[in-house]
Amino acid sequence: MTLTLTNIAKTFPGGVKALLPTDLEIAKGEIVSLLGPSGCGKSTLLRMIAGLETPDAGAKIVFDGKDVTRQSVETRKIGMVFQSYALFPNMSVRGNIGYGLKMQKLPKSEIEARVNEVIALCRLDGYADRAITALSGGQRQRVALARAMAPRPHVLLLDEPLSALDAALRGQLRDELALLLRQFGITAIFVTHDQNEAMAIADRVAVMSQGEVAQIGTPEALYRKPATGFVARFVGDAMPLEGRVEGDQLHLPGGILPLPGPAANSEVLVRAEDIRIDPQGPITARVETVTFLGTHYRIALSGASDTLLIARHSGLSAPRQGETVRLSVAPEALLILPKGVAA
Amino acid sequence: MLKSITKSIPRIVTLLACAFLLIPIIQSVLAGLTVNYFRGLSSGLTLKWVARVLELYSGSILLSIWIALACLVVTLILGVPAAYALARNPGRASRVLEEFISLPLAIPGLALALALLQLYGTLQGFRTSWTFILVGHVLYTLPFMVRSVLSVLAAIDLKVLEEGAASLGAGPTRRFFDIVVPNALPGILAGALTVVTLSIGEFNLTWMLHTPYLKTLPVGLADSYASMRLEVASAYTLVFFVMIVPLLMAMQWASARAQRIMQ
Ligand SMILES: Nc1ncnc2c1ncn2[C@@H]1O[C@H](COP(=O)(O)OP(=O)(O)OP(=O)(O)O)[C@@H](O)[C@H]1O
Ligand SMILES: [Mg+2]
Repeated sequence: MTLTLTNIAKTFPGGVKALLPTDLEIAKGEIVSLLGPSGCGKSTLLRMIAGLETPDAGAKIVFDGKDVTRQSVETRKIGMVFQSYALFPNMSVRGNIGYGLKMQKLPKSEIEARVNEVIALCRLDGYADRAITALSGGQRQRVALARAMAPRPHVLLLDEPLSALDAALRGQLRDELALLLRQFGITAIFVTHDQNEAMAIADRVAVMSQGEVAQIGTPEALYRKPATGFVARFVGDAMPLEGRVEGDQLHLPGGILPLPGPAANSEVLVRAEDIRIDPQGPITARVETVTFLGTHYRIALSGASDTLLIARHSGLSAPRQGETVRLSVAPEALLILPKGVAA
Repeated sequence: MLKSITKSIPRIVTLLACAFLLIPIIQSVLAGLTVNYFRGLSSGLTLKWVARVLELYSGSILLSIWIALACLVVTLILGVPAAYALARNPGRASRVLEEFISLPLAIPGLALALALLQLYGTLQGFRTSWTFILVGHVLYTLPFMVRSVLSVLAAIDLKVLEEGAASLGAGPTRRFFDIVVPNALPGILAGALTVVTLSIGEFNLTWMLHTPYLKTLPVGLADSYASMRLEVASAYTLVFFVMIVPLLMAMQWASARAQRIMQ
């Protein structure tokens, strides 16, 4: 299903502007992630698409050419996975998964068949007749997904579906969920504040900040061409290089760094993997800590910029703590972004 | 030695208190089963007095059961949706409303009865009908139903559960019966048993509202002590216990169960 949002905004009673007017278009079968820090309006946007929240006047929500702005949630044919799963404790796994089908008044035999189909897909065989309270967190998560998918909704909306799980399980279920959503071939919108989750699951990511979509694009586009400093920091943990720009040079406390071009009124950011330890490099820094992480070393450096810089160093050995090293950054790896946009 | 004595003092006090409460009850029950109370147990045991009570007061017993069941139906119909509405709108207005519903708890049954008599006492058909007593009982028991259901509903995340059901296509009525009622069931059960127990045992208010032709179980008990021989009244006490004690026990059990679910 194609989804078109026009001029969608939300002001809560009391004046909180949870979402500023936003336009968004999602293609059939596309998986879009809404990524942003806590309180930026992700859930509010998702809930307005679901019909659980009423947008401010002037908004238009169109599903496949049909205006559903004024339709209530029950009639929108959406599937929703909640952060707390919202599974019905008074029903078994089967009862939960079949509930949406029961609402569609399908014949018993068809409900049975479709519930079994989804149970198999979500690898819930053997749990069908259990009580919800007798399931682990990961199993509950899968029941929530199965329940949302069983009625074959036009669009699947997921609000931080993995955040109630512990870290190890979250990683595993993230890949599983990505796979399942592609198998279903469904249009999906996925809210998260974890960039890895967004990148692993989504075709496109909308990075949100303070009630606005700061940038929307493929994970690569966001990573390589962030539109604002906020996006660069949020996607790929870019660090600011705080110094004075003179022509096409950046004067840092630790030395002078060449820039790819003039950069007036801009901020310069760099990512950990682009900082090289290089005896011929133009910047001097002191090694504060060195952490070995298997695939690479994580080195915290002081003196180069006003704040601590983190370098990701791969190689067979690393400098020692307290040592003075020289650094270089390839000019084209620097992110030069307009100053003062959505901090 | 001394230690074991001091340790057993609380136990002895408890036992004495129990005896203090139980002995009159046992005595009364026994009185209802002896042939002649003044001659004591030596006169022999009999069910004659119990049979006499059932014969004389079966109307009262049936009326009480009937009013308790009617009261239950009315408090269910009014109380469960009211508790639901209060749980879904947790604002200042809801708290005020909750207090307002609970007001009859703080007012003595006597005052409540007088108010009802003043308001409706002149409506002849109503004043002499059992529904007049029913209204009093509903006023008195409704807060217990509302509170009991509300406390269970407040412990579950009702809003999210309902949103889940709505996203699956369930309208408000379906949600109420598929999600709200089943999940509130422990509270409804505890509330229902409380309502029935209170209605059957209620005396103050009922005594004011009753007419000679409409005596409930406790009003009949008072009547029997006032106008029958002691054995009959005592047998009545026995009948009363047999009806109310199992209800009280079931109520305790249901409340404990609801309490457990809320944790
Ligand atoms: N019902 C409400 N009434 C008033 N303000 C609200 C309400 N719901 C959300 N808000 C406010 O709107 C803003 C956006 O909230 P929202 O829940 O959309 O954030 P979010 O991005 O989902 O955050 P999180 O990651 O913490 O879930 C917040 O400032 C929040 O306090
Ligand atoms: Mg949220």
